[in-house]
Amino acid sequence: MKLSVDIGKTLRSREREFHLRAAFSSSDDLTVIFGASGSGKSLTIQAIAGLVTPERGRITVEDRVLFDQEQGVNLPARHRQVGYLFQDYALFPHLTVRENIAYPMKKAWQWGIPPHFDQKVMEIMEAFEIASLAKNHPHELSGGQKQRVALARAMIKRPSLLLLDEPFSAMDAMLRQRMRLELLEIRKRFAVPLVVITHDPADVEVFGDTLVVFANGRVEEINGRRDPAAAEENRG
Amino acid sequence: MPDLTPLWLTLKVAATATALSLGVAVAFAWLVARRSFPGRELLDAVLTLPLVLPPTVLGYYLIVVWGRNGWLGGWLYQHLGVTLMFTWQGAVLAASVVSFPLLFKSARAAFEGVPAEYEQAARILGDAEFAVFWRITLPLAARGLLAGVMLAFARAMGDFGATLMVAGNIRGRTQTAALAVFDAVQAGDYSLANTLVVIMSFACVVILVMTNKLAARSQRGR
Repeated sequence: MKLSVDIGKTLRSREREFHLRAAFSSSDDLTVIFGASGSGKSLTIQAIAGLVTPERGRITVEDRVLFDQEQGVNLPARHRQVGYLFQDYALFPHLTVRENIAYPMKKAWQWGIPPHFDQKVMEIMEAFEIASLAKNHPHELSGGQKQRVALARAMIKRPSLLLLDEPFSAMDAMLRQRMRLELLEIRKRFAVPLVVITHDPADVEVFGDTLVVFANGRVEEINGRRDPAAAEENRG
Repeated sequence: MPDLTPLWLTLKVAATATALSLGVAVAFAWLVARRSFPGRELLDAVLTLPLVLPPTVLGYYLIVVWGRNGWLGGWLYQHLGVTLMFTWQGAVLAASVVSFPLLFKSARAAFEGVPAEYEQAARILGDAEFAVFWRITLPLAARGLLAGVMLAFARAMGDFGATLMVAGNIRGRTQTAALAVFDAVQAGDYSLANTLVVIMSFACVVILVMTNKLAARSQRGR
């Protein structure tokens, strides 16, 4: 997978101006974007997903152009084939776990989940060990369960890239470690490249074939293919 | 047994008026809540105006627009030979305009209460804008909308001034309950006045209690 981003955007509010100027590329299947909050990393993955429109630049995944200001290309979010895990998961509160996961398989005018997708929904619920929660609503789930449901929903259409916005920030330390390992497992099982943004140095140690460091709306540093042994040393 | 025709007419007028405002209010409320454009707050103010204007002033505006010589009413009368003046449809027009702001304001608040993140998630999961509205925004705003529908219905039932200006006070044809109470008191028919007043008051209390319950539940989240 090759993701390449080179974008600029200015956000203005009454108090301040924020200039995002993000340029990086990664050919790894695990890219960690690291930076303090307010450094522009969320804005960058929102631009990749098509939730915000940059003022200039270009975003490509493999050979697909998602955004190119000069050529006037700006694919709507629904056509980008990108999965997105929101920080607090954004599970639809009025739908059950099963309906949430089946959401992308159903058209607006269809009443129920089309029968030929039933099997698919069941399979992915089993893969994420949440089949027993099928009829529950999101408010009845624990943090870890919510994250699994959100991942299942993001993965059911097999996106070509999965973006994760601070995936562990809402969890306690124990769960955080477990979910990190689960995420690595998911990357292997679904063969999907991940882009994780985080402000937690511990995430950088566990993940990160390519590390992109953000500060003040700019990319400060890109490390490709970090040596796992070196990361291990740093930990000790 | 007093003549209860005004009550049935009131129900018919208020129900039609609320249904009529609903679509328009939802469309404008979504626009104001989810899109930013120059003049947005001005539009909100204009749409809220019927809440604060004297009903007779509203009635006058309606005559200017919909009267036989009005901008739209003139066209209707010339080309189709119909007029809304002094008909129950005219009463519907008056009632829908006076109750519109309540529906619009409730709908705007309900839409603004839906976190934008859910809508973004739906877009990424493959929805076009109308599907996002239909599958996410509308169901999550439903309680707030329903509360607005009930408030607007109660207001539509009780209109006096605008209805009198546009539809007149014709017994059996355009005389709604609020007008009938006025007539009954003028004529000294207190048994009719009392009956209508008790029924109307009861209906409004029930509606307000139900609206409060809905509002409380939607605040707690589901």
